[in-house]
Amino acid sequence: MNARYLPYLLILPVTLFLCLFFLYPFILVAQQAFSVDGGWSLKNFEDVIGYWKFPISFQNTMLLAAAVVPVQLALALLMATMVNRMKKGRDLILYVWTIPLGISDLAAGIIWLAIFEQSGFLNSMMQAVGAIDRPTNFLSYQNPGIVFLAIALAEIWRATAIMLVILVAGIGLIPKEYYEAAEVFGASPWKRFTRVTLPLLRPSLQTALVLRVILAFEIFAVVAALGGTLFPVLMGETYAYQFDLLNNGAAAAMALIILAISIAFTLIIMRALRVPKGATI
Amino acid sequence: MNAQTQSSGRFLYTASVILLCAWVIVPLYFLLINTLSSPDTVNSFPKSFVPEFDLGSLQFFAGFAGMLTALKNSILVAGMTMIMSILIGAPAGYALSRFDFPGKGLFRLLILLTRAFPLPLLALPLAVMFIRTGLDDTVFGLALVHTTLAIPFSVLITFSLFSGIPLELEEAAWTLGCTRLTAFTKVVLPLILPGITASAIFAFVISWNEVFAAAVLTIENRTLTAFLLQNLDTSPLHLKFAGGFILVVPALIFIFAVRKYLFAMWGIANR
Repeated sequence: MNARYLPYLLILPVTLFLCLFFLYPFILVAQQAFSVDGGWSLKNFEDVIGYWKFPISFQNTMLLAAAVVPVQLALALLMATMVNRMKKGRDLILYVWTIPLGISDLAAGIIWLAIFEQSGFLNSMMQAVGAIDRPTNFLSYQNPGIVFLAIALAEIWRATAIMLVILVAGIGLIPKEYYEAAEVFGASPWKRFTRVTLPLLRPSLQTALVLRVILAFEIFAVVAALGGTLFPVLMGETYAYQFDLLNNGAAAAMALIILAISIAFTLIIMRALRVPKGATI
Repeated sequence: MNAQTQSSGRFLYTASVILLCAWVIVPLYFLLINTLSSPDTVNSFPKSFVPEFDLGSLQFFAGFAGMLTALKNSILVAGMTMIMSILIGAPAGYALSRFDFPGKGLFRLLILLTRAFPLPLLALPLAVMFIRTGLDDTVFGLALVHTTLAIPFSVLITFSLFSGIPLELEEAAWTLGCTRLTAFTKVVLPLILPGITASAIFAFVISWNEVFAAAVLTIENRTLTAFLLQNLDTSPLHLKFAGGFILVVPALIFIFAVRKYLFAMWGIANR
């Protein structure tokens, strides 16, 4: 086998696969979104955006991402720095902290349902300490704040682990000498964190944030398990268009809107956290 | 810094580590209590904070019409995804780590691009395409979509694994009379196998957990996640909790199995 063609032969399966199941459906979804009865049209978008549920589901998705992602970032950074200086039991602690990585959003929603439902553990605890007489139904339309809180907690619980893993791996790549040098010059632990860790962690922060923010816009099953129809989000509306309303064109338009938001935020994050040219660890 | 602030600092540190561990484990424990309690207890109030080790909920789960089929479908889809994503992804990972070729940058861009897309959304047009080709509502069709989700990871992970094995090892094998293929199977493959297994498990978990595409693409042959989602409004609490528990268990085992590779995989895949 000629070595010049070997790499192309090796990447051929992936390329074909992605063309067939990634690029091609992407073109199809765009076609579907921009056509009505075979003609080119923006009607699908007008319908979708004009629907009364669109502003609220857009707002809910954005608010949730804005509430969840910063907390996750802070928590993941805290956990990663704590693990970094750990000597005993590091592997065990890391295993425990990364457990949610393997747990699906649907399962996470169900887990937090066990806590927040009417006969659930939060009510049981509150009754045990005498705060309430009768269990309250937290997840109802009367308590929109608690529904939001439950969903946000479930998301933070579930998806901090992915950021943690990326950040721990990133911190592991920073040479110890930088810390030693900073210590020699009398930098406090906080200074070392802000002046050494954070700047050198930029590529990992970028990856972690992009991945997390995109997944935050895709939130769906956690909401379905905890809020049901009380808390409409973009992805849930897409699902409803496809299934309950059987409107493929509208579902495709929603898909493109979510896609556009994801791309916009990816670009913003990449730009905000870009690594200066020529700077490497 | 005096001894007192140091020891109180250490106390604070240990306390936060324990608190964060509890934050992860306690909700899981609550799910366990509900799963190992009888249906009546699950629907009663107040809840006890120790499980009563009653298998009633799990029996109800197993006896619920269509549930075991859904479980079987989930395993099948995840198994197929695992095999396909490794068979298709690993050669590309090898090519990226060993060769410099024109178009490499473009190829990496394609891979990274897939990570920046809300991929489950692609299930929508695929639903139409699958109806035309007869793949609609089949386990294999869904596995194809899940493979698309898993492939970027399997390429990047195998790329980082292969990069960890020095080219010199292969070159030594070539000078000792191995061809490119035998050098690969006799030298590289044994070294890489545990890592490949880890990334295969990762692919399994991605597919096992996926909800949206599974719910869109299957109707009769629902996977466990799709089945649970579809019945969220109507199913009783004990069914939800038992189902959630069954969803969580493999994840716990798998994360434990791949924990050594988790960080190495992400560390290099980042660059």
